[in-house]
Amino acid sequence: MSSLAEHSPRKGQSLEKQVDTVRVFDQSFYWLAVIGAIGIGGVLLWIAVQIGLSALPAIQSYGVDFLTTTTWDPVRNIYGVLPQIYGTLISAAIALVIAIPVGIGVAVFLSENFLPNAVRTPIALAIELIAAVPSVVIGLWGIYVLIPFLRPFYNFLYENFGWIPLFSTPPRGNSLLTLGLVLSVMILPTIIAISRGSLIALPRDLRQGALALGATRWETILRVLIPAAFSGIVGSIMLALGRAMGETMVAAMLVGNSNQITPSLLAPGATIASLIASQFGEAGREQVAALLYAGLILMILTLIVNILAEIIIQKFQNVE
Amino acid sequence: MNSDTINTPNSTSSNTTQEAILRAENVSVTYGSFQALRGVTLDIPKNQVVAFIGPSGCGKSTLIRCFNRLNDLIPGTKVGGKVTYQGVDIYGDKVDPVQVRRRIGMVFQKPNPFPKSIYDNIAFGAKINGYKKSEMDEIVERSLRQAALWEEVKDKLKESGLSLSGGQQQRLCIARTVAIEPDVVLMDEPASALDPISTRKVEELIQELKENYTIVIVTHNMQQATRVADLTAFFNAEAEEGGKRFGYLVEYNKTEAIFNNPKEEYTRQYVSGRFG
Repeated sequence: MSSLAEHSPRKGQSLEKQVDTVRVFDQSFYWLAVIGAIGIGGVLLWIAVQIGLSALPAIQSYGVDFLTTTTWDPVRNIYGVLPQIYGTLISAAIALVIAIPVGIGVAVFLSENFLPNAVRTPIALAIELIAAVPSVVIGLWGIYVLIPFLRPFYNFLYENFGWIPLFSTPPRGNSLLTLGLVLSVMILPTIIAISRGSLIALPRDLRQGALALGATRWETILRVLIPAAFSGIVGSIMLALGRAMGETMVAAMLVGNSNQITPSLLAPGATIASLIASQFGEAGREQVAALLYAGLILMILTLIVNILAEIIIQKFQNVE
Repeated sequence: MNSDTINTPNSTSSNTTQEAILRAENVSVTYGSFQALRGVTLDIPKNQVVAFIGPSGCGKSTLIRCFNRLNDLIPGTKVGGKVTYQGVDIYGDKVDPVQVRRRIGMVFQKPNPFPKSIYDNIAFGAKINGYKKSEMDEIVERSLRQAALWEEVKDKLKESGLSLSGGQQQRLCIARTVAIEPDVVLMDEPASALDPISTRKVEELIQELKENYTIVIVTHNMQQATRVADLTAFFNAEAEEGGKRFGYLVEYNKTEAIFNNPKEEYTRQYVSGRFG
């Protein structure tokens, strides 16, 4: 109604397109957005191509064996990254095993009214601030605080459960387990913030509908609210997984950088990111190519994770 | 199937013609410092359709939410007076609101199916209420038939409940409510978001459900009240000194009497469309 009145002075004008400042502004914003959107895709492509090209010498000389061999010998120029792939996946898996239940639990807790709002909001804020701590600081915290703190626990695991392959080596501070634990702390804010967001965004009617059917609070949360927010929760987990696999500084500081595959989580290991970070500085030409090849593999790994996430979400949304 | 927090019917009903299944005695509701409803006393007789009408803010939705304790969800809500279901005070210390809601179901203004398949929308309530898995197919079909939706959805039970039209979604919500065989079905403006054809279907449905259930319906549509309700309660809102508004019950009688021969002047003005 009011818009008609506003435009009434224009009544006499024709219906043809008009060039005026609003239209120019409209158009320029459109093109700005288009360029931005294409540009971001372009940057990704550029990075991938550039890394691929730089890694080409290594790809040619090592081929698929690069993925399945365990030697990393810059002197003889023999390279294989199986231990690093293993370390990347295992440390990320440890992080997820801890962070998923804790993260979703905290997200539910902070999206329900268990606590008064005045307490809930600061807690949520504090959690999000963990994400703002620089990873090198978290790495230092890991070395100087967490490892000494965990040592008795590691010893206990080794002495009492050493017969389980997972705990079968004398504990060193720097290990896949330490890295996994620290990574879980680092990815928690991502899982909590996004999961909580998607839980809060659910319509109130949904909760009331479930309660009106005689559902208890937990039945409502577990069987209606969490499934309804499932795509957001999976999305948060996948983002977190991407971060855990690609995290560099913390990995280089805490994983021990040892080129080995052992079933023991208490033993030091390596991740692709830690390998690149710790070796890039002094690498020769062929070694740089091998490192970039490793980087390319990390990119592909995270890409696969994201595609899987997409498939899971799609499959679930068919029911939504 | 349910543990008996609420006991079997009693004989204290003073209503000689029909047994009151729900009774509000001097019920007042406050949200914080705001009094939504003041001093309401009425009986809901068994197997009748009772309509609550009145202008916005008169507390009729508030009252209906007292009957299944859904007001509990809003922090700062206080319910005074007494609400009894089959003679048991549902705000009593020993009463579990979850059990109350299993006996007194509710259909909302906006259709709110779960983001699950049509089948699971109905099976969800049945499962948590302890119905056996082996009976589930039967329950789903029976409920959908009762809600006059079966013919439309029987070939796509696996599809999302959200893929249905608004009217179908509302009937799905009615189906999931009757699936757990409550005694009373509360309906909060169930047709206000629907088109006229869907509205008529829902109204026909209410007539059929009356056989087995007691229905309390809040409506803004007076024609709807005359079409579906046996009894009608008219609520009004009034401002007291200081400008605070509160809702109260003006008149409660057979629907015919309310619309044709109201005792109160306010009721007469409202049903003849002069305010509200």
